[in-house]
Amino acid sequence: MNKSVLFGALTVAGLAAGAAAAATLDDVKARGTLNCGVTTGLVGFAAPDANGEWKGFDVAVCRAVAAAVLGDATAVEFVPTTGKTRFTALASGEIDMLARNTTWTFSRDVDLKFDFVGVNYYDGQGFMVPKALGVSSAKDLDGATVCIQTGTTTELNLADFFRANNISYEPVPIETNAEGTQQYLAGACDTYTTDASGLAATRATFENPGDHMLLPEIVSKEPLGPLVRHGDSEWGDIVRWTLNALIAAEELGVTSTNVGEMATSTNNPEVARLLGTEGTLGEMIGLDADWAKRAIETQGNYGEIFAQNIGEETPIGLARGLNAQWTDGGLLYSPPFR
Amino acid sequence: MSDTHAHSVAFVRMETIPQSAPPLAAAGPVRWGKDNLFATPANALLTIASLVVIYFILAATVPWILNGVWNAGSLSECREILQGTSGACFAVLTERWPQLLFGFQYPSEAYWRPTLAFVLMLVALAPVLFFDLPRKLLIITALFPFVAYWLIWGGTIWAPILALVGFIVGYLVYAKFVNRSFAVGFFGGIAAAFVVWALSGYIVPALTPEETLLSSVPSRDLGGYMLNMMLGVTCVSLSVPLGIVLALGRQSSMPLIKWVCVIFIEFIRGVPLITLLFVASVMLAFLFPPDQTVDLFIRVVIMITMFSSAYIAEVIRGGLAALPKGQYEAADSLGLDYAQAMRLIILPQALKISIPGIVNIAVGLFKDTTLVSVISMFDILGMIRGPILASTDWNGLYWELFLFACVVFFVVCYSISQYSQWLERRLATDHR
Amino acid sequence: MSTTTDPQGGTFRLSMLLNDSRYRSLTLQAIAAIMLAASIAYMISNLLANLAAQDLNISFEFLGSPAGYDINQTLIDYSSQSSNLRAAFVGIINTLLVAVLACITATILGVFAGVLRLSNNWLVRKLMSFYVEIFRNIPVLIWIIIIFTIVTAVLPGARAYLGEDPERNMLAGMFAFTNRGVYVPAPFFTTGFGGEEGSGLNWLLVIGVLIASFFATRFVTAGADKKQAETGIRPNTLYLNLAIWIVPVAIVLFILGLSWDLPDPLANRFNLRGGLQIGAPLIALWLALSVYTGAFIAENVRAGIQAVSRGQTEAASALGLRPNRTMSLVILPQALRVIIPPLISQYLNITKNSSLAIAVGYADITATLGGITLNQTGRAIECVLLLMLFYLTISLLISAFMNVYNNSMKLKER
Ligand SMILES: N[C@@H](CCC(=O)N[C@@H](CS)C(=O)NCC(=O)O)C(=O)O
Repeated sequence: MNKSVLFGALTVAGLAAGAAAAATLDDVKARGTLNCGVTTGLVGFAAPDANGEWKGFDVAVCRAVAAAVLGDATAVEFVPTTGKTRFTALASGEIDMLARNTTWTFSRDVDLKFDFVGVNYYDGQGFMVPKALGVSSAKDLDGATVCIQTGTTTELNLADFFRANNISYEPVPIETNAEGTQQYLAGACDTYTTDASGLAATRATFENPGDHMLLPEIVSKEPLGPLVRHGDSEWGDIVRWTLNALIAAEELGVTSTNVGEMATSTNNPEVARLLGTEGTLGEMIGLDADWAKRAIETQGNYGEIFAQNIGEETPIGLARGLNAQWTDGGLLYSPPFR
Repeated sequence: MSDTHAHSVAFVRMETIPQSAPPLAAAGPVRWGKDNLFATPANALLTIASLVVIYFILAATVPWILNGVWNAGSLSECREILQGTSGACFAVLTERWPQLLFGFQYPSEAYWRPTLAFVLMLVALAPVLFFDLPRKLLIITALFPFVAYWLIWGGTIWAPILALVGFIVGYLVYAKFVNRSFAVGFFGGIAAAFVVWALSGYIVPALTPEETLLSSVPSRDLGGYMLNMMLGVTCVSLSVPLGIVLALGRQSSMPLIKWVCVIFIEFIRGVPLITLLFVASVMLAFLFPPDQTVDLFIRVVIMITMFSSAYIAEVIRGGLAALPKGQYEAADSLGLDYAQAMRLIILPQALKISIPGIVNIAVGLFKDTTLVSVISMFDILGMIRGPILASTDWNGLYWELFLFACVVFFVVCYSISQYSQWLERRLATDHR
Repeated sequence: MSTTTDPQGGTFRLSMLLNDSRYRSLTLQAIAAIMLAASIAYMISNLLANLAAQDLNISFEFLGSPAGYDINQTLIDYSSQSSNLRAAFVGIINTLLVAVLACITATILGVFAGVLRLSNNWLVRKLMSFYVEIFRNIPVLIWIIIIFTIVTAVLPGARAYLGEDPERNMLAGMFAFTNRGVYVPAPFFTTGFGGEEGSGLNWLLVIGVLIASFFATRFVTAGADKKQAETGIRPNTLYLNLAIWIVPVAIVLFILGLSWDLPDPLANRFNLRGGLQIGAPLIALWLALSVYTGAFIAENVRAGIQAVSRGQTEAASALGLRPNRTMSLVILPQALRVIIPPLISQYLNITKNSSLAIAVGYADITATLGGITLNQTGRAIECVLLLMLFYLTISLLISAFMNVYNNSMKLKER
């Protein structure tokens, strides 16, 4: 069948979504919305609120990119993905970027052909148990039944951890965090394991969060970050530097409230370059001069996003820990805007 | 002598006794009960066992349902209202009603659109289901897909209009040439339709205004029971024609065509639907040209249609085989060619025999649309298992939601199968 | 088809390709072949272009590399270091396990309900049609999830059975019903062949003895038939047959030292240890497939029995047959012929529907090869193709069996 005929027929059906291969930026602009893959629902990271509006730490990254590229932080179409479907969704072009607490690993980067553009949360795998169980260490879990989300790195780490410690367990594979919560609360498994941040977020949604605790062991490194398809470096650069802009803004003291004023009155040349009052960074990346300013203005800097969604003031109550700026002894370190 | 009798007997009844009711044990409910419930000891035992079963089912459900709470904001509020008594928390249905029906992403100000489409669907289905209705109503049926498309997806009205124009042009070309030869008319019609569609691929974007009358909704925002309905209706209606083609192909005397159809049908019938849905979700995209992606919804429709058309083809093949050979011979002896014979003599009869079978496949297919929740589409089951049970408010509540899902499926499937039985009876009398 | 006589020899004109019935079918097939080849070529070229664009390739090497994940219910040896291929085998065996179990229970349930639907007890009849209508008209996936929820949300947690002084006692000290599954005693042999392979050999031996008993009873029955044909008196074979079934197996089991491994509430603080664990997902899938398919089988059975004309029953009673003999000698043999073909396709449906295991986390082939392996390796195309190949093979085997059966039935008809 002739390609243009097929294409014509599909356009008439009005359902042909944009192109997949090169030039994601052009597609996003033509479409007017950013398709961003997120979780199916993990409070604090990405979950729709009662009005159906998506909120969360990962959601903010999507919105920041939309603000930078399209000038409208609400022009995002959120696509919920499970641990299983996220990579197909990205590879097939259904989404333009994935921001779904996804761990940066060698094989995902090299074999699955994705580009991780950075890390927005340094995490590790933990275990949650009911306090009533009286377990104080993951090494006591010999013979336990463990709920584990399939298609994740945590599934593989779990097998490694128990094998290395020569203890046994029974996996209960689950698809989504929601299902995991149900199984865990119903007592179908003794412990739920996933990224520690995810556990904290999940626990915050329980009726009695105090009845549950995270075990001290962190059994893996889980650097979580947004990713894009391999082979479109321009688009990768935009997502990477939007994330870096949020991080750098915190370091440089730019916040959502003072960004307007800083843009005009700053005498720090890096802030000026970041906010587009000096230099041509925007042009270099294929956007306008205000791209980073809009991202910061609408979402706040990294610290604000963190505090608002998952910080110590929220029910989730995560400390900055590794995710503090390098100047505060953390790992966050944005390359210079120059 | 007659007197002796009269005198020796103290009382002679002169009139007939009025008929009295049969003894209590020989008629009425008692008799009925004796025949139907307590005929033999074993039977009595069965009756008692059944009563016990029924009692337990009712005792567990009725108070729970009657005591149900319809108004609360969360499970804990519900529990507070119930104060420890057993009772259902139907409040989840009230609160999540739109989500259950339309999914959680469909814009709420546009709920009237799918609702209207649903009502129109009932109107459009009526003349198809009930032959006695005036045939003119079929025009509504023909227009329905385009209207429904526009209502549900919104966006520019020109897309469905030009799609319709394509069909009309195709039909006109067909009508013009069909007298010369069916093949010319048929393929000419298809070609003409495609020409129109290909052209409109360029025209539509030009005609699309900035602000369309109905805001456009991307298909990944569809969800809830609406999604099950849409998949069911679309796939069944698409797969009937495809099934006819496959069935005819399988009967064909041309070996190549026959074998292609046989392999297709047997392949599809040999694998579970879920693997075909996997194909839709992870593999099909690779078979389309690299510079375009096709919506997951369309990919799923393609695979489910293929799936059900294989089954429908087998039903129709049964119908074709059930026709007496004389019908084929009669058509031949009238000098009709293949297309005419099929169109005018064979198919109308074969399809009529196959309708109940096709309806059964349709019911099965409609039930199978719940499988899309496995590839993370948010149909009614996906909504329940995902966003609703995951929400902090309703975590830990299952029965009310599952009951709701059961009820909505039961109502539709049971009515369709009752319809099919009614139809079967009717067609059976027609046949004599 | 053509009314005019075909032109004899003569010149060949191009229009004859379409209008001459000698060539038309060839022409059409040639066109179809070209279109088919073109569309296949088109899709393959798209596939290659897509793979090239994403820098991917098709390769089955991943099957040999370690799977990396654990599986909860395995009938063969498996650990996270085993290969993906082995994980797929674990899945295949689990698929077959649940399919066979469900086929057996669905048949029992279906025959039971089908016969009761024709009972002369009104209440039972209604109850059974209620069962059939409810289960047939609600998707099987919903049933699977409901039963899974019943098991996980209603049964007590495993810990209720644990410890010196448990909250709950095991049924007869041997059976425990927990929300993670049901624990039953597991048979094992103390004096048979030892080791991993040994236990398999022991079971093979037992099965071998049972098969031998089966043939021995057939032999005895055939002898009795012969005697009846010759003398008119049928020797009573019941006790002999029972003995042939029971004694050899009992002896073998005794020699092998059969004993039972009971679930132990003290060995572990999280779960019962020992015994045979039938996991909650398996139970959910097994029960749901059984009750769902049972409803369909009930309809087939009812239709089959009703298909035997009433005259047969009347003729049988005219011959003086007692009602139960009428059923077993006259009605059932004829009804079975109608029942068995749809029954086999229900078995096929069970096998295909068992792929819904993925919804409750039962490790069948769809969940291992088509689920976790697919995800962890990213080899979508390869995994889906292998998955379809597996189901296709099973279906073709079952259809082949069905054809053999149908043919053998046809012969008897004459
Ligand atoms: N970081 C791990 C695990 C990520 C993951 O699946 N996290 C869970 C729990 S923190 C989640 O986000 N679930 C949300 C959902 O179910 O959609 C990976 O990339 O494989």
